[in-house]
Amino acid sequence: MSGGVVIQGHFPIPEERRDQLQQLTTELSREQLMWLSGYFAGAAAAAPSSIPAFQSNLLGGAQARAQLQAAGAPAQVAPIATAAAAVAAPSLTIISASHTGNGRKISEKLLAAVQALGVQARMVKAGDYQPREIAKEKLLYIVISTHGDGDPPDEARGLYEFLGTKRAPQLPDLQYSVLALGDTSYPKFCEAGRIVDERLAKLGAKRLLPRVDCDVDFEKLAQTWSDDALARVREIKDKFTPAGGAAAFAAAPVAAAAPAVVELRREQPATAEVLANQRIVGRGALREVRHVELAFPGLGNLYKPGDALGIVHRNPDSAIDAVLKATKLDGGVAVTQDGKTHTLLEWLRDERELTRIARPLLVSVAKQAQVDIGELLGNADAMAKLTASCQVSDVLASYPADWTPEALVSALRPVHGRVYSIASSPAAVGDEAHLTVAIVGSDTDRKLLAGAASNFVVNTAVDSNVQVWIERNERFRVPADGARDIVMVGPGTGVAPFRGFLQEREAAGATGRNWLFFGGRSLYHDFLYQLEWQQALKRKALHRVDVAFSRDQAEKIYVQHRIRQAGKDLFAWLSNGAYFYVCGDASAMAPDVHAALLDVVREHGGMDADDAQSWVADLTADGRYLRDVY
Amino acid sequence: MSTEVLDRPPPATLLAKGPTQPESAVEIIKKASRGLRGTLVESLADPLTGAIRESDTQLIKFHGSYMQDDRDIRAEREHQKLEPAYSFMIRTRLPGGVVTPKQWLALSKIARTWGVGSLRLTTRQAFQLHGVIKKHVKQTMQAMNAVLIDSISACGDVNRNVMASANPVESQLHAEVHELAKKVSEHLKPRTRAYHEIWLDGEKLVGPAEDEPLYGPVYLPRKFKTGIVVPPHNDVDVFSQDLGFIAILDEQNRAVLGFNLTVGGGLGASHGEPNTFPRVADVIGFLKPEQIFKVAETVLMIQRDYGDRSDRKHARLKYTIADRGVDWFKRELYQRLGFELEPPRAFKFTTQGDRFGWLKGHDGNWHLTLRIESGRVTDRPGAPFLTGLEKIAAVHKGDFRLTPNQNLIIANVPPSELMTIDRLVADHGLAKSLNTSPVRRDALACVALPTCALAMAESERYLPAFVDRVDELLVKHGLRDLPLTVRITGCPNGCARPYLAEIALIGRAPGRYTLRLGGDAVGSRLNVIYRDNIDEPAIVTALDELIARYAAERQADERFGDFLWRVQVLAPGTRA
Repeated sequence: MSGGVVIQGHFPIPEERRDQLQQLTTELSREQLMWLSGYFAGAAAAAPSSIPAFQSNLLGGAQARAQLQAAGAPAQVAPIATAAAAVAAPSLTIISASHTGNGRKISEKLLAAVQALGVQARMVKAGDYQPREIAKEKLLYIVISTHGDGDPPDEARGLYEFLGTKRAPQLPDLQYSVLALGDTSYPKFCEAGRIVDERLAKLGAKRLLPRVDCDVDFEKLAQTWSDDALARVREIKDKFTPAGGAAAFAAAPVAAAAPAVVELRREQPATAEVLANQRIVGRGALREVRHVELAFPGLGNLYKPGDALGIVHRNPDSAIDAVLKATKLDGGVAVTQDGKTHTLLEWLRDERELTRIARPLLVSVAKQAQVDIGELLGNADAMAKLTASCQVSDVLASYPADWTPEALVSALRPVHGRVYSIASSPAAVGDEAHLTVAIVGSDTDRKLLAGAASNFVVNTAVDSNVQVWIERNERFRVPADGARDIVMVGPGTGVAPFRGFLQEREAAGATGRNWLFFGGRSLYHDFLYQLEWQQALKRKALHRVDVAFSRDQAEKIYVQHRIRQAGKDLFAWLSNGAYFYVCGDASAMAPDVHAALLDVVREHGGMDADDAQSWVADLTADGRYLRDVY
Repeated sequence: MSTEVLDRPPPATLLAKGPTQPESAVEIIKKASRGLRGTLVESLADPLTGAIRESDTQLIKFHGSYMQDDRDIRAEREHQKLEPAYSFMIRTRLPGGVVTPKQWLALSKIARTWGVGSLRLTTRQAFQLHGVIKKHVKQTMQAMNAVLIDSISACGDVNRNVMASANPVESQLHAEVHELAKKVSEHLKPRTRAYHEIWLDGEKLVGPAEDEPLYGPVYLPRKFKTGIVVPPHNDVDVFSQDLGFIAILDEQNRAVLGFNLTVGGGLGASHGEPNTFPRVADVIGFLKPEQIFKVAETVLMIQRDYGDRSDRKHARLKYTIADRGVDWFKRELYQRLGFELEPPRAFKFTTQGDRFGWLKGHDGNWHLTLRIESGRVTDRPGAPFLTGLEKIAAVHKGDFRLTPNQNLIIANVPPSELMTIDRLVADHGLAKSLNTSPVRRDALACVALPTCALAMAESERYLPAFVDRVDELLVKHGLRDLPLTVRITGCPNGCARPYLAEIALIGRAPGRYTLRLGGDAVGSRLNVIYRDNIDEPAIVTALDELIARYAAERQADERFGDFLWRVQVLAPGTRA
């Protein structure tokens, strides 16, 4: 939002105040304006009014509505229909919390549908939501994804943690529902959604709808939940507007036109040429990592450092053959599913996941084979071992069954496109995007699990074309203020976005210092982009690099050790306003780095554990502790 | 200053050769190094690179190490956005090349732990460890120190490892000469404690660097090589040394009467630069054993004061003497000594190579000289030399001697142990190489690719194939088992002393060499360029023709190198 609120018509506020108000609202986002409307309504409720109409109807926000509800009286819309005054406290809040943008899309769609009912509603991204606001909510929908080891998206961490603390308020008046997004191939499927749902219930809130957990093929279930959620809103609205008069909900303001964002979505990818595809680890590396450069005209306008790029991959022939062999099916048969018709081979090659094994697949396969695998499903260790060592074809071969092509396509999960953090900045590479791709299954100890997507990358020749899309990550950006220092923690391929950050900052002439923490197995084989960092240090585009190579000495040393060792300087940087970025592994590295950061703040800030926790929480709230972990 | 005897080194400012010749970059690094310390400690601590700073790459040589990288994968690494695969070669200081079994075992373990699983016996009777990465260099130095082996001055612009004839038979003589080599080495060793400080965690220097009474603050202009030889075996190639001592024996060949001094030998040269050349040393005069230290230090100091400090390719003692004349050198030497040497005594060399197999020493102990091709002690299929020699070292009661021809003597085996050692030698394939052709047995090669930064062509890795070609030619012309010295180096710097061989290849480019012919097989005559910059087929064609003619026209006992001169295939005036 850029223009500010246009104030027009008869107005009960003196002109000079009106100018101030106009000025105040300039540059505010829609969510912020809505919040302000609640603020003013609250202020109005507390202030004596000289205009009778205002006394009864504009008590403001929740309080007013609660009174109206208690009285069973129809709410009345204030006669003044000007935007600033008419927008009372928001009535339905939808909180969207997801990394990939799927949650946001679902939320936006639901918001539009609710607003079409003439019901006041707002959508807030979790990162913009002040956790304490929840005390004022009456009707709340939360769409939240789960990442890594059962973690919430970074932007939702504040709310997620707040709800689990003693500071969280009781919420007897709140009605809510949670839509959880997840991936059944991870052990803690939809964990974040489940925990938010339980915490709200524990605080006394009432479930308006049972929580729905979605797998990567979320569309159908999400739509069902949205339909139900919309129906509930309609019921409530009808309940409070028996005569079809004014809504229980304040009227929705006119929706602002959506900004014209050019997006490359997975459903409509673009064709990119592969300019380079090279191994960037030494001969002794245990895991292969490749540097890939892609380009097409205009690509540079579609991403910023911090974004990720998805590659539409094709399953390798070997994986397809193994599935066809295990099921004794003919790849040439046409199969129609979800309104799409392809040959079975095409389904298997382009549309279905053949690498990762998820729980629903096991259930389907066992059902088809008429085998009871209840014991296996209940054994977490056995499941973890199975998913780490087997592919889909192994499962199909282990549980022979009579498959129809349709049953097979239905049992297999839709392909889960793989995205990679972009390792470049358009400011430096123009219409190229660079990726740093770890090749799954190249570890000597995980030979069996040949990651379909990354192996597709390995086998993609220079000059060939691939289909790509962009996943934006607005929360993971270089500071708008180039004078700020940044600290980047990016072990392994987690270093990718920071290569882009450095390019971006150098091109922009940012004056802030750049400090990189990198980790890998060995200096000789795994120091990704070693020459580039060395050169950047020489020309002072990079100011400090601390490295941890875990296998170069008897004791394992990781980035968190280096963070602790550099604690004094790190605390000084952070105290001076530096941003702290973390990218990479979510299950071990990110929590370890977080713990190290707390230690650093505690030790060098002279704080106790609680104060350090608050200090880091403030860093997060400030938007200076940013993570892209997976 | 030329006529004044200097007991103390002159100020560094006087050392540059002339006002118009700026000193070389290395001189500046040495001068600023605080006794060869430089920023080595900081370089070693830099965790972002396997390299050390450029200036430190010069200084670490004085500590016995070269920074190298695996050139086989240099381009590949660059493509991987990784720096070159840096590692360090560490060379021991080992006067006369003698180690105890305990020391052998320790070095072998070090090679397995921090090296690439090989010990390389050098042409200067030292060990070289290859492939030690930066963070292990210090541990390696400390592990060597634990068995009293250091690498001080094994490289750099100082007196290098002092060589001494390996002498498997003349037991008493060997002991005497070996002891002398150790003492000369100690006498000419720099005084700086930098080595102890950096590698052995010795006390940190506070204040100015230690005084270097022999070397002064900038050490020598270039490397300085010393060897002691006992005729008639010129295994040391004494004429290739900057400073050489030829032992003069009594009538019974039992006692050392004194030494003929040789100066100004040196083999390094640069392709296409006529002011660089290999040079055979001059025999100056005879000295008594007790005069050796004074003479050695005086020769060293003359070179310190007169050597060229502006052009490192022209900085060896041989150029100082070639430029100023032998007579000038003698005057300068005698003036500084305060006495003159007697005229040189007669001596005769008969061989350049080693005496292989079991030999009984004068004291009744036995000595086994083993052929170690290119000096490479490692485990290969069918030839587990590293393991075999570890087993031998575990039971051996005598010592080990490295020969100047990259070979190994299991020395001082009492008769009672002979069979035990012999069995272990046979069991580990170590005896096989004794039964190969004389060409293969006597051939030398430097390391060259992939680790040596100077190499222009393969050497050690090419030697076996090239010897095959030569043997094929000898067989073809009915000369099977002809003794013939063949030496290969990957560049013209001369580490395998190619300029003294009958047939030498000197690397010019991958697969291309300069073919030099005409050494005399006793190391007193330089060979000359026969064909420049040719590939293997051209080399084989050239040799085929010459060996055919030699087979037809040679005189009794005439060596191939001598024949070429007699029939004027090679002629005086040919480019050295």
